[in-house]
Amino acid sequence: MSAIADILSVAAIVGGAFFFMAGTVGLLRFPDTLTRLHALTKADNLGLGLIVLGLIPRLDSAFDAAKLVVIWLLVLLASAVVSQLVARAARRGGLQQ
Amino acid sequence: MIEALNLILVTMILGLAAWTIVVRDTFAATVGFLVYGLLLALAWVSLRAIDVALTEVAIGAGLTGALLIGAASRLKQVVTARGDEPGMLTRLMAGLVSAAVAGGLAACILALPEPAPTLAEAVAANLGATGVGNPITGVLMAFRALDTLLEATVLLFAVVGVWSLAPDRAWGGRAGPAHRSDPNGILAYLGRVLPPIGIVIAIYILWVGADDPGGKFQGATILAAMWTLVIMAGLVDVPPVSRTSLRLALVAGPAVFIALGAVGAAAGGAFLAWPAGLEKALIVVVEVALMPSLAVTLGLLLAGAPGRPA
Repeated sequence: MSAIADILSVAAIVGGAFFFMAGTVGLLRFPDTLTRLHALTKADNLGLGLIVLGLIPRLDSAFDAAKLVVIWLLVLLASAVVSQLVARAARRGGLQQ
Repeated sequence: MIEALNLILVTMILGLAAWTIVVRDTFAATVGFLVYGLLLALAWVSLRAIDVALTEVAIGAGLTGALLIGAASRLKQVVTARGDEPGMLTRLMAGLVSAAVAGGLAACILALPEPAPTLAEAVAANLGATGVGNPITGVLMAFRALDTLLEATVLLFAVVGVWSLAPDRAWGGRAGPAHRSDPNGILAYLGRVLPPIGIVIAIYILWVGADDPGGKFQGATILAAMWTLVIMAGLVDVPPVSRTSLRLALVAGPAVFIALGAVGAAAGGAFLAWPAGLEKALIVVVEVALMPSLAVTLGLLLAGAPGRPA
């Protein structure tokens, strides 16, 4: 049982780290603000979600697991709102590339 | 493995600190400082000082970062309007003073005897008398309560200092620009959805501060952030500084602290000496009273000096 949980943890955290890496490469390499935002949301949403998923089997209490999930949901909300605000500012021409 | 990670962390902190100083754009330097604060918090976590890490994220990176972003955008308007950038001599003097302060601090740390003097054992031996489980809270609210009282009072003076920058015609008025945003837009949406969650989390952080990392300062920063969000979303306006209820909210927390400290003096001990048996209850009362006052104080510091009539 614990071996299965360990394998799940490692797989999810490695997957999360991959999405963070891909998001960072996209942020650095993509040509304009909108495509960079697109790359960044992958890191926030999928990357952090997978890392939280991988950490849950390693916790003792369900309360701690719930706290991690709430943190992920709050980051989702914040990153969605900030992406919209940055994209709107970019569309109005307020941001340099 | 952990040492390799710490080495990477330290290299990143030093590199980012250098970049923040060298970069020419004020806004870029501010963002660098913000990320620097987040990395510093990771360093505190690595030293297992979770309370310090929380405060660093909340005050050092969050609040100071927001203040600096406001200062950077104001500075940009002034510099482009007048075209007066600081000269070479000013820059050189600022650099020298900063380097002297950093060098002095480094010399103090390196001059500490090995092992460094500590009162940690005395705190651990006497923590039971305070009724709280988190030694940091024990020190801040019982053994060194006077320091905490002065800290809260200093913040009040900071608000007075910021207010005193108001021009005469705006005295008694509201701070900052009037924020307007689309009532059906995403910022107004966040301003409605997030504050209830933020208030619950702030109270939770205050409550667990008795036994785990957390406390009134970290909770107050979250409350101040929620208030600022609601203001920036245009849902409410900054209160005018002449409002009596606002001033009462500012002084309520420190006033309760001082009053209960006087109770300790009257009960035969000394000022801020909590009567035996009531320690935990009085500490909780002070923390609960301080948190809203601190939140209003921090929010008003962010809002800045009054600049338009009420």
